[in-house]
Amino acid sequence: MAHLELATDHGQPLPDDSVSESPLAIRGLTVSYGEKPAVFSVDATFRDGSMTAIIGPNGAGKSTLLKAALGVIRPLSGAITVYGKPLRNQRHRIAYVPQRASVDWDFPTRVLDVVLMGLYRQLGLLGRLNAQHRARALDCLDRVGMADFAERQIGQLSGGQQQRVFLARALAQDAELYLLDEPFAGVDAATEKAIIDVLKTLNRQGRTVVAVHHDLATVTDYFDRVFLINVRKVAEGAVADAFTAANLQAAYGGRLATAQIDDLELAAH
Amino acid sequence: MFLEALTLQLGYNATLVAVGAALLGISAGVTGTFLFLRKRALVADAISHATLPGVGIAFIAMVALGGDGRNLAGLMLGSALSAWIGLLCVQAITRRTRLAEDSAIGAVLSAFFGFGVVLLTVIQNMQAGRQAGLDGLLLGSTAGMLMQDAVIIATGGALTLALVLLLRRPMTLVAFDADYARSIGVDPDRVDLMTMGLVLAVTVVGLKIVGLILIVALLIIPPVTARFWTERSERVVAYAGVIGGLSGFLGAAISASAPALPTGPIIVLVCFGLFVISLFFAPERGVLAAYLRHRQFQRKVHIRQGLLALAQGQPVYEPLTIRLLAREGLARPDGIPTEAGRARAARALRDEHRWQVVHRSPDYEEVSSLHDGLRDIETVLTPDQIAEIDDRIGGPREVPA
Repeated sequence: MAHLELATDHGQPLPDDSVSESPLAIRGLTVSYGEKPAVFSVDATFRDGSMTAIIGPNGAGKSTLLKAALGVIRPLSGAITVYGKPLRNQRHRIAYVPQRASVDWDFPTRVLDVVLMGLYRQLGLLGRLNAQHRARALDCLDRVGMADFAERQIGQLSGGQQQRVFLARALAQDAELYLLDEPFAGVDAATEKAIIDVLKTLNRQGRTVVAVHHDLATVTDYFDRVFLINVRKVAEGAVADAFTAANLQAAYGGRLATAQIDDLELAAH
Repeated sequence: MFLEALTLQLGYNATLVAVGAALLGISAGVTGTFLFLRKRALVADAISHATLPGVGIAFIAMVALGGDGRNLAGLMLGSALSAWIGLLCVQAITRRTRLAEDSAIGAVLSAFFGFGVVLLTVIQNMQAGRQAGLDGLLLGSTAGMLMQDAVIIATGGALTLALVLLLRRPMTLVAFDADYARSIGVDPDRVDLMTMGLVLAVTVVGLKIVGLILIVALLIIPPVTARFWTERSERVVAYAGVIGGLSGFLGAAISASAPALPTGPIIVLVCFGLFVISLFFAPERGVLAAYLRHRQFQRKVHIRQGLLALAQGQPVYEPLTIRLLAREGLARPDGIPTEAGRARAARALRDEHRWQVVHRSPDYEEVSSLHDGLRDIETVLTPDQIAEIDDRIGGPREVPA
């Protein structure tokens, strides 16, 4: 019973059509490692064609939310729909960019081979890699400014270059919904610019971008919507409405000094 | 004798064993590569030790049914079943408890192996004489290998190899990035289970030749050896197959060419020999290459530091620095710079000043990150840019050559 009540937005039943059209709709999601929920009863509806930042303090469940939405980790409860249908049949419409620290970069492989992994669903078990596939992977590398690195061993890349290769792999999937986990964490300024340019281009083409983001100073420049989380959902909406001092205080608590908040370009509420 | 063995002229049994061992080596090396890439090499140990109870039970069952207890196909079936149960135990423990996989492997490996040894002892007392040879499956025993056994080994090896090649893409994907694999709909648990199934098949196929204790060596040493020679996973797979096959063939030939040399252990030793050679002499990742690279780097650092000290009129204390400078003809053994040394020192200092300008100037932001204290600025900037920097520094345009 409790579960049914939680599958609502602050007690208000959700209008059905907003869910069915959303690229990613999450209802009553709870994920727990051990017996401490990392994400508790979260509802989220990401808008088609939007560019949304998921923000919140460390350990707020940002990455967990993303991974659960992708079925990478199994939730304790909750429902995920992608373009109104269960995730299972919609995976081809989603591309995921994991945190770059999540893999071993000494793995014996070249940059181009990593990008070619993005074509796995097309190739299947028996498909043969041909010149067209390679050309497409190279094109994706070119879009992130890494075409010259195609033949490099991945262990030779800097952190920013690793991140760009991961983005290129997602581009190769040619998806409609892009989910990125901290794409700007620990990257150099040139990489940050390259990545945001690519994301904004995708967004202009009508694709939906959802990124876990940690740098509050760039939220207003990079994104049009925010989703604030601290285990529970704090707020969700257009940057102009939801990126407010009150919401940030609610999400970060004492971890964000008032002085820091004053420096941000916040919505005028 | 050894040459005859190599060219398969040492009789029927030796030929069967050599061909079988080569095939086993290829499929073990190729299969083991994916275990190695997935960083789960130890699982092979659990699987192989967990075959032993199955061997004992299969023997007892076949005798009870009135058949020949030593039938290889029957023993392989029994060992496969018990290894599968062992594997499921490891997975259940890892998933349901907070124990790490290595602890689960340790527990399952020793419990199954202990149980297997008990069964073998029971068999030995149950029926004297006929059971001889079962303990040969521990370390392999090729003396009485039959054509029928060789055919089973060859078929099993070839099938395993074909399946590995078919599944290479999902297995590589999961080994590199399991989360991403799941996000595109490839279930890592299922892929892992298939990998383990293939490892199990290789283990069972290898019982007769190398035995269950040493099969781990043939699964793991070839990929580890291959990794020294390449940075591409598909080549690691291919090289591991070659290394495994070569070890199997050479090892079988060596053991056939001398009396009383056990085949399985010799194969493993040959394989280990190839590993040691690679460890030291591989061009990029080898120990020797790494040592030489380190020495060369150290030399560059010392000379640079020494030159900068000389340029600023400071004494050089470190013996290694003085020795290196002297060897290059840049300083006398007492640390006093030579004419050439003074010129090189001035150039080094000039280079240092130019880098400082680059660091301070926003125009050169991208170049600035290339500075590592050793790189000559003339290798990263055009002569025009350097002239522009020299203008900012001021002072004499010509650097003494």
